[in-house]
Amino acid sequence: MSGEMRFISVCGMLGYGYPVESLQVGLAAGVDFLGVDAGSTDPGPYYLGSGTGFVKAAQVRRDLEPALCAAVEHGIPLIIGSAGGAGAAPHVAAFVQVLTEIAANNDLHFRLALIHADIEPDTVLTALRDGKISPCGLAGELTPGTVASCNRIVAQMGTAPIIEALANGADVVVAGRCCDTAIFAALPMMRGFDPALALHAAKIAECGTLCARPGGANDSLICTLRHDHFIVQPANPAKSCFPDSVAAHSLYEQPDPNCFYEPEGMVDMSQCRFEQCGEQAVRVSGTRLVPAAQPTIKLEGTALRGYRSIAIAGVRDPVTVAHLDDIERGVQEAVARNLAGTLEPDQYALRLIRYGIDGVLGPLETAAWRAHEVGIVIEAIAPTQELADAVVSLARSTALHQHFDGRKTTAGNLAFPFSPSDFQGGPVYEFAVYHLMSVNDTDKLFPVTFQEV
Amino acid sequence: MRLYECSRVIRSKNAGPFALTIDLMFDSREDLQRVLNSPEFTSRRIAERYRVPESSVRICPFEEVLAIKVSMPRPGPSSGAPGDRDVYGCQQHFPLADIEVPEP
Repeated sequence: MSGEMRFISVCGMLGYGYPVESLQVGLAAGVDFLGVDAGSTDPGPYYLGSGTGFVKAAQVRRDLEPALCAAVEHGIPLIIGSAGGAGAAPHVAAFVQVLTEIAANNDLHFRLALIHADIEPDTVLTALRDGKISPCGLAGELTPGTVASCNRIVAQMGTAPIIEALANGADVVVAGRCCDTAIFAALPMMRGFDPALALHAAKIAECGTLCARPGGANDSLICTLRHDHFIVQPANPAKSCFPDSVAAHSLYEQPDPNCFYEPEGMVDMSQCRFEQCGEQAVRVSGTRLVPAAQPTIKLEGTALRGYRSIAIAGVRDPVTVAHLDDIERGVQEAVARNLAGTLEPDQYALRLIRYGIDGVLGPLETAAWRAHEVGIVIEAIAPTQELADAVVSLARSTALHQHFDGRKTTAGNLAFPFSPSDFQGGPVYEFAVYHLMSVNDTDKLFPVTFQEV
Repeated sequence: MRLYECSRVIRSKNAGPFALTIDLMFDSREDLQRVLNSPEFTSRRIAERYRVPESSVRICPFEEVLAIKVSMPRPGPSSGAPGDRDVYGCQQHFPLADIEVPEP
């Protein structure tokens, strides 16, 4: 193997944008591959549940085209993880549609590997029966009923399926749901670099230039991996990495700053050294890997919880603001009375979110001060969209005219900014499965398929 | 002085859909120590403010970069589930930010 390997993380999230000049600067340094993370659970369960992307096709096209053209032109692999956002089959399909359109428009030809991450419910149920499922952090114990309630389950693949794709000649790898680290650690590990350093470098790289100053993920990061250290450097000459900015990155979005867990094992950063290495770059060494005695993969599954409709309104009258608790109680009672026999209270949820009082923190809010005006979101979740529409409509008209002590605004309590005042939010999902599943190397959970584009 | 005024960065975010993690970053070792020394800055007091079990709150100082990480279960439902108020968990720092720390 050669003593050095270099890659570019195109940006922190495909579709959130990056300066294309940064990619060109990075390519000029000579790189072995390009990688980019395209997914996350941050935007919530809706996207996995509904099979849609939180980044739109136009955004993907804008960010993917320069990277795909560059990879093909330079003859280096391009690796995309968590394609389409949530990384299930519909997300991968939508992503591949954009990818093949770009290829056709630019007359690009390559060997494409697709790796699916969808997990059959039966696979999870069998693992559950065999005691191979445990909660991930704070999710509860999994039950067969919960598995059955899921409309879609994916698992985060580690490096192994991506290595399989690359070893079989893939030029472009489109992986479904994927550990962020696997995108960038697969090729270095395949070429014999230290897995601990490869995974740590990958962990930093997946967020683009979030480890640099000025911060922000939306730019390209160059990473150079050697046998006993790696070096990270923003491609953009206006940004720099510093030992503290790189070290601080290990705090981001994870519960323990000293270690993180991947299917390959626990990556221990407690003995790491971060040293300035030229004006823009930081050298990292001392990362250790404690290999997993029993490899696990993380499952993510969503269940449908109903359909949502909302109405948005403002309140300016001070007596009305002071009586919002009374108004809400009156609305809840009136709606329940009206729906009796049609829809029972345990079949729907109606809530008033009060921005300006406790909209963000709810019961955790301690501030006594109330704003001079309050924004209210009336939300209904019901078994069908039609029922949710009806509940929110009823609640909205009731709230508009709800009586309370000392009321002066007898023509109406609410200011609606829009006509129509009500909006459909569509299906509502919940992460019902967020668990670890023990796996064997022989489990073929992430099938790799190839096609010539 | 509140923790909010004492810290340079105070940011909350999901660590997965079921957990919340809050990073505190300081300008000086003295500020970091003042927070760690505050009688209000204990897992018990933080647990009360977020209404989560005391045993589930982790305080993890990271002194090399003048930071402290506080992790806990999400106080409400999981991210984006019915009843949630903050899908990314980005505005959940205030029950913590309100904690009193000793004056310098």
